[in-house]
Amino acid sequence: MRGMRRSMFIDGNTAAAYGVKLCKPDVICAYPITPQTPIVEHLAEFVARGELKAKYIPIEGEHSAMMATAAASATGVRVFTATSSQGLSYMQEGLFFASGYRLPIVMAVVNRSMGAPWTILAGHDDAIAQRDTGWIQVYCTRGQEILDMIIQAYRVAEDRRVMLPIMVCFEGFVVSHCYENVEVPGQEEVDDFLPPYDPPYKLDVDDPLIITTFAEADWWLGFKKLHDEAMEEAKKVIEEVDEEYAKRFGRRYGGLLGTYRCDDAKVVLITMGSLAITSRLIVDRFREQGVRLGLINLRVFRPFPRERLLKELEGVEAVCIVERNCSPGGYGGAVFNELRSTLYSSGLRPLILDYITGMGGRDVTPRELEEMVAHAVKSWREGRVEREVTWVFGRRKV
Amino acid sequence: MSRLSERLKLRYESIEDLPPTPLFKAGASVLFETPWHLYGKPKVDYSKCTKCRLCWLYCPDGVIKMAEEGPKVDYAHCKGCGICAEECPVKAITMVME
Amino acid sequence: MRRLTIKDLPEEEYYMPGNILCAGCGESLAMRLALKVLGKNTIVITVPGCASASLMMGACAVPLLVGPFAGGGALAAGVEAALAAKGRLEGVNVVAFIGDGGTADIGFQSLSSMVERGHDVLYICLDNEAYMNTGGQRSGTTPRGAATTTTPVGAALRGKPQHRKNMPLIMADHGAPYVATASIGFPLDYVEKVMKASRMRGPKYIQVLCPCPVGWGFRESDTVKLARLAVDAKVWPLYEVEYGVLKVTYEPRKPKPLKEYIAPQRRFNHFTEEDIKELEKLIEEEWRLLKLREKLTAEKA
Repeated sequence: MRGMRRSMFIDGNTAAAYGVKLCKPDVICAYPITPQTPIVEHLAEFVARGELKAKYIPIEGEHSAMMATAAASATGVRVFTATSSQGLSYMQEGLFFASGYRLPIVMAVVNRSMGAPWTILAGHDDAIAQRDTGWIQVYCTRGQEILDMIIQAYRVAEDRRVMLPIMVCFEGFVVSHCYENVEVPGQEEVDDFLPPYDPPYKLDVDDPLIITTFAEADWWLGFKKLHDEAMEEAKKVIEEVDEEYAKRFGRRYGGLLGTYRCDDAKVVLITMGSLAITSRLIVDRFREQGVRLGLINLRVFRPFPRERLLKELEGVEAVCIVERNCSPGGYGGAVFNELRSTLYSSGLRPLILDYITGMGGRDVTPRELEEMVAHAVKSWREGRVEREVTWVFGRRKV
Repeated sequence: MSRLSERLKLRYESIEDLPPTPLFKAGASVLFETPWHLYGKPKVDYSKCTKCRLCWLYCPDGVIKMAEEGPKVDYAHCKGCGICAEECPVKAITMVME
Repeated sequence: MRRLTIKDLPEEEYYMPGNILCAGCGESLAMRLALKVLGKNTIVITVPGCASASLMMGACAVPLLVGPFAGGGALAAGVEAALAAKGRLEGVNVVAFIGDGGTADIGFQSLSSMVERGHDVLYICLDNEAYMNTGGQRSGTTPRGAATTTTPVGAALRGKPQHRKNMPLIMADHGAPYVATASIGFPLDYVEKVMKASRMRGPKYIQVLCPCPVGWGFRESDTVKLARLAVDAKVWPLYEVEYGVLKVTYEPRKPKPLKEYIAPQRRFNHFTEEDIKELEKLIEEEWRLLKLREKLTAEKA
């Protein structure tokens, strides 16, 4: 059962909009913010043309956007919203609220560095700063993946084992505004893959519930434990859904993480988001020179894929992390810290080097990636580390 | 199919009792008692009562029900504010400290 | 139109006792009466405040959504949109019970925008004139001169310097099809307004005065009396604005002196003759503009 598949030459934001359209949400409520704006504009177009039967709420701000989206979800309907950096942090209390209410909201987050300093350009720090809000976070590399992931996200979020909201993240401009050929599946086959939303609880005059009451001190943490358990389940569900999607639509992304030439790798490069695409080139170049380099594309940051990382890193002697986030006063970026924590009790002790770059729109060129990896390889070969964390900015060389 | 609002546990004994989020049955507060009797218990002199229903109307918690002979107070839920006594036009209700 | 009488009110309660609100709570009565006439086909939205304290712990006998403090209008909009999307809005009241803080201050933006977008929501502001649930901090609706914990009385400050924000007229100027003021001291007038609003389409705003014995500093048994006095002393005008036409729904023929309203309240303990005169002037001016607006908008009708 296919329906009509189409090939469209579209950018990341448009791919997101088509992904949403295929999932047929009942309520869409989002506030425009660069570089996410085209998503909400496309969706408004679809609704205005009658192609998408949804209630479109042109809300007045991101905090209210999450309020209305969560309220609609609690009323038992499928919903969608989208935002970026400033908007994402403006709605932060709403993020805790939505995940604590266990609402299967899908939100596109077009990653843009948090001001100050002011910018409208790419960085992962906006979503990383929200990693404790209890949302599943998936980082996409390209338009096709975004479209596919949005469809998968509803399947994962609405699964009774999960019931958690999901951020589908992708970098502003370099992915959101970058064009490529995207295959847009047919409506029938998506309907077949994604059944209508059947909420386990909702606001309903025939079954009057209070959503929600206070949690007593004895039990507050118990609810959070359940939340954490759902995140654990989500690891399994994400991989299942990735597999099923691959069978039906022919594209697989690896679930929690994508790997490239990792099987016999001694050095592994870890990236999130679009850097994975450039990194494949780099891996091939180093392989040509005889370095057993592999790539891990960390697709899912929450839940953090401990088990899969431990498996992939067996036998690996050096890890080179290139990430687009930082925490002033911390030591290294989020991936660096969470990976080291994961490895600490495992017995695996590869060299771990962190390269913080690519924030506020700073492009990460193939040449620079090559330099970063070369720097890591050199440290590995010499068994000597001058510094574990390197900030790559301006015109400086690594 | 029984309603979720009826199946919810109102008190938890273990983590297994927890719903995914603190859902609660609508209207369940009636299970908690609030016999505060701040200014005592309202006692009705049915000989004076004209069954005007003002006490029933003005009770902030709705603990007064109208019966044949007049208003009946649910003392388990009466906070003893004394509004019923104050508003009664014929002073048929007195707040009695016990 | 036949005026409502007590005997017309249904027996059924949709607001349960066993809640933690204070003895003699004005908001409690306001919620109980509104829910009584709105009935079973109602979905309530609330945010932190005195109202939520009772509603979320089970006083609300109809479905309830509790959301973050600033969310009021947006939460209600989301519920309404979801119901409308599924064709489940017909015959269902989407009602917000929100305090003055969640209405005039932290929740102002979301309320303003909900009304501007024209959502089919009945928004009832339960006005006890301060953030009472957290101990009585001042709000945008606290009247001029009132002592609150963040506008105390001392050598340097004598209560709240500013008069209250006129939320009902602000809502009327947003173009809300129905706006009304009410008082639990005039319960039949209040529930009539609730019933009328519930039968209209679009955003409806009712601000009901709920005296607070603990916060205002008076005896719990006098809550209703004070709510009546506020209207009779002309401090709290009762009016409605329907499709832009303002109508005073009750004007006391023999108004009570303002002093009588001020005297029993600890929050006005420090009021001198000067303060009372000043408040009288503010009230006079408010009524003057109300009467003017009533005349002007009547011509439109």
